[in-house]
Amino acid sequence: MTDLTERTVPVVTTGDPPPPRFRVPAPVRSIARHAALSLLALVMLYPVIWMVVSSLRPDAEIFRSPGIVLDSLRVANYGTGWNALTSPFGHYLVNSAIVVLGCIIGNLVSCSMAAYAFARLEFTGRRLFFALMLGTIMLPIHVIIVPQYIMFSQLGWVNTFLPLIVPKLLATDAFFVFLMVQFIRGLPRDLDEAARIDGAGHPRIFLRVILPLMLPALATTTIFTFIWTWNDFFSQLIYLTDPEMYTVPVALRSFVDSTVATSWGAMFAMSVVSLLPIFLAFLVGQRYLIKGIATTGIK
Amino acid sequence: MSALGEFRRLGTTRSGPRRKRDNKAAYLFLLPWFGGLLLITAGPVVASFVLGFTDYNLIQPPEFNGLANVRRMVADERLHQALGVTFGYVLGSVPLQLAAALALAMLLDRGLRGLAFYRSAFYLPSLLGSSVAIAVLWRQIFGAEGLFNRALDLVGVSGRGWISDPDTALSTLIVLNVWTFGAPMVIFLAGLRQIPAMYYEAASVDGANRWTQFRRITLPLLSPIIFFNVVLQIIHAFQSFTQAFVVSGGTGGPSDSTLFYTLYLYQRGFHNFDMGYASALAWLLLLIIAGFTALNFWAAKRWVFYDD
Repeated sequence: MTDLTERTVPVVTTGDPPPPRFRVPAPVRSIARHAALSLLALVMLYPVIWMVVSSLRPDAEIFRSPGIVLDSLRVANYGTGWNALTSPFGHYLVNSAIVVLGCIIGNLVSCSMAAYAFARLEFTGRRLFFALMLGTIMLPIHVIIVPQYIMFSQLGWVNTFLPLIVPKLLATDAFFVFLMVQFIRGLPRDLDEAARIDGAGHPRIFLRVILPLMLPALATTTIFTFIWTWNDFFSQLIYLTDPEMYTVPVALRSFVDSTVATSWGAMFAMSVVSLLPIFLAFLVGQRYLIKGIATTGIK
Repeated sequence: MSALGEFRRLGTTRSGPRRKRDNKAAYLFLLPWFGGLLLITAGPVVASFVLGFTDYNLIQPPEFNGLANVRRMVADERLHQALGVTFGYVLGSVPLQLAAALALAMLLDRGLRGLAFYRSAFYLPSLLGSSVAIAVLWRQIFGAEGLFNRALDLVGVSGRGWISDPDTALSTLIVLNVWTFGAPMVIFLAGLRQIPAMYYEAASVDGANRWTQFRRITLPLLSPIIFFNVVLQIIHAFQSFTQAFVVSGGTGGPSDSTLFYTLYLYQRGFHNFDMGYASALAWLLLLIIAGFTALNFWAAKRWVFYDD
């Protein structure tokens, strides 16, 4: 791998590994690098491409052909898969959409409020609470799920979407609080000061000055919440046991268990349907996704 | 500043110039967060600690049983199996995943044409990897008649049922985790961009080859980011659930070879409604993850280089 990136520098041995024996001309190396990267990208994405292609094939053929060239387009799997469970698959898509929407709204409102306090206000216990907030970023959900489940089941919330949405209204996705704190810290304080001199209080500064400026951070939060909630399986599996309330991942899983390798085509078809929103979110929000993980990952 | 960087700073720096306190406004803004801390995060952490010393099945009230759950853990062979599987998964997949992420980030760095395309192609699996759909796909790919074996046929190698064989089932999940190297790769790429080009120029002038530059410039300056990724991915891998659940049909099989810790916890807590024992298991997981993280921070003193 190092050969591909070798730069043409005068080599003086420094005691480390021996210099390469011969030099490949730069254009050849560039082509080789692109070829290697393209090949790897293809290998990486091949399983997904193959799944999409297989969802358009008869079952018997899925297990025969590792290729991705289609002889004929057969959309029957989509019809079969759509109607394979107690409700049409659209029902689960709607359920997932409701949960996702609730979580997005919850995160946007509650996390931005908390972030404003941490980034801009001075208050007793600030350092302690900030440390606690950072600590909860790393907190595994498995550690808190049992008491949470007990609480929500006593409230009669099992088999409703509330256990999935209400925590988001309470700023429990600390990752986003942190992301927004970072963003607000980067905004010039002069703006707040100017608004304060004009007589604005904190609610007004937050709503009229800070919130409009932090749109990129809100976009990042929206897109990550969308993808994470759409994919989330553990808590949806635990809280949604009534088939009426199933979201996409839980429905898909019950599909796997009920059909056991009899209709892979239909299963692949619904898998593709379930991944489509993620893929679209990725296309639309790529910029924010890349930026989001990059900025929170930087020292 | 990453979350980890913040932690470092918390210990060393005082807060900035003292400004006017705004307790009332601040607590109002933090009201939802306080509610969450109390009811959803910190509260349940304490509650599950207490429940860990009880026998509780959701129907009868919890009954204190002292250290019975701890004794049970010591004797619980399935728990030991789950620990072995999980450690194998974490230690097997995280180094490979991060090595792939770093290698690809190095290849993609420095104004490569088509960078955005490659970055997207390598990043996409990170978004898909934790979904049920991909786990379904994995079940097919590594099945006896699956895509992987069909591909092996082409080169004349005969495969086997990778998922139905207890010796290889976990490896297929490790492959799945390595497949999602894109997210740490993007973090590495951003980190590489922070290293001033003049360091490399100076090193070239001094005659350092690419490998030396990598070892003497890139690795030390990137070490805080490597550290961040190691900590994050280890924590993440310990919590993997979906893949093992779907691939094994919820059992952790064959022969408990994919019995992830979280899967075992799920079975105890939400199949058997053995809430006391599940709470004790949850706390053990928390201690293990905290232990690994502490170990990472301790080891970091030896290899992470901070340029500030």
